[in-house]
Amino acid sequence: MRDFAYARAATAASVVSTLADPDTSVIAGGTELLNWFRLGIADVGRVVDIGGLDELRGITRDGDDVRIGALATLNEIGEHPLVTRLAGALASACLQAASAQVRNRATIGGNVLQRTRCPYFRAEEPVPWPCHKRDPGSGCASLAGRHERQAIFGWTPGCVAVQPSDPAVALAALDARAEVLGPAGPRTISMREFHLTQREAADMGEPLRETRLGPGELITGYRLPASTDGQAYVKVRERASYEYAIVSAAATVRLTGDGARAAGADGQRIAAARIALGSVAQRPWRLPAAEAELPGTPLTREALTPVIERAMADAAPLPQNGFKVTMARAAAVRSLLEAGGVS
Amino acid sequence: MTLDFAHRMDVALRLNGRDLTTVVSPRTTLLDWLREEAGLTGAKKGCNEGACGTCTVLVDGRRMNGCLTLVVQCAGRAVTTVEGLAGPDGGLHPVQRAFADHDAFQCGYCTPGQLMSAVACIAEGHTADDASVREWMSGNICRCSAYPQITAAVLAARAQR
Repeated sequence: MRDFAYARAATAASVVSTLADPDTSVIAGGTELLNWFRLGIADVGRVVDIGGLDELRGITRDGDDVRIGALATLNEIGEHPLVTRLAGALASACLQAASAQVRNRATIGGNVLQRTRCPYFRAEEPVPWPCHKRDPGSGCASLAGRHERQAIFGWTPGCVAVQPSDPAVALAALDARAEVLGPAGPRTISMREFHLTQREAADMGEPLRETRLGPGELITGYRLPASTDGQAYVKVRERASYEYAIVSAAATVRLTGDGARAAGADGQRIAAARIALGSVAQRPWRLPAAEAELPGTPLTREALTPVIERAMADAAPLPQNGFKVTMARAAAVRSLLEAGGVS
Repeated sequence: MTLDFAHRMDVALRLNGRDLTTVVSPRTTLLDWLREEAGLTGAKKGCNEGACGTCTVLVDGRRMNGCLTLVVQCAGRAVTTVEGLAGPDGGLHPVQRAFADHDAFQCGYCTPGQLMSAVACIAEGHTADDASVREWMSGNICRCSAYPQITAAVLAARAQR
């Protein structure tokens, strides 16, 4: 691993001023940064440790919101009663991510900043093939080679990678906002817009950009509107545990009528629903067209499937990953059924 | 406010019940330090990227991958490795005894990590049944595929508590 100089931060504000020097990176859990150093993905000379900042800790109820500090680990979030009760999709997504020991280190602040798992990207230096993220403009070896796990939305010929975070999908579905501290002070970023597809980044004139987090900005926490709607996170993967998603789906469902959620059976209709897909693009993929159409729809596989199909009609699969469209549709329907209480 | 960035750090920590201070380069992982400096080779360097779990140790009682943890991040913390499991008289920890009784290994390379993960898994209470153990032990890969025996050993060790 490359050598670097290290300092422990005493305040979040001191971190932001330190990040003014672009040769600096933040470390919290370190589960990504250390591997970036090993592969040559990160090559900064200074690392500032935010692990001791109590101001970034804690999971609390604040009015209508659940607030989660950036240093909360995935295990802490996944098993916290406030989260399991009022943001169940996030709790489930956290516990389906990685392994028990990685989840004890990985923080929710760093998790959404993880990079793609594209094997062409995650090669050790010197990277032996074209990768636009590693060598801008060199092309995409994955598009020319194997790409069955890559994007079906928002990709460009320069890069077809997907964002692999599970929690990010739930945060997008739950309308969470990231709280950010930067050189210009604090601001919030909607988690529906936090990540950028390759197409969005290109349209901004910054084709390498992956998030709306600006230079020198630090995620300090998240706010989620507390929701007692039924929630689910469905993760489809090649083994039952400790594996990245092929596709995933986070959903919330409120049913019509009193006590409807408890009943949850045939004959129930959806009053309101939110849904986001994961591992289909370089950002969580909300389905606003489906969300607009779902109110009044019966909570059955037969009724939900055509709604999801219409909402995903603009999918643009690559030659090898047409199956992901089918799989994502099925995951979306299953997440709605589970969120509505039908399992 | 300026921070002092350093290339050498003094780190005080507790290792298997013993307090000590060490001087490290910040990039030193807990795994490399245990093996190269502390002389404890129980934690293994399997993948060195957080994928296999052979380097699992406890930090303040929580299981973590030693390869994804820097020594400087362990300042003031208590680290427990497989060498710290046995009692002062050398008697096996109940989880070690259960692994032996259930033949929960073949080659043994993953065993130190499996043991540390199992100790934490039981302490966390993630041992309701077979499925719970398999899910919460999934961060430890066994290429000999002794999973049924490992699962049985964890459940048996839990029952002895």
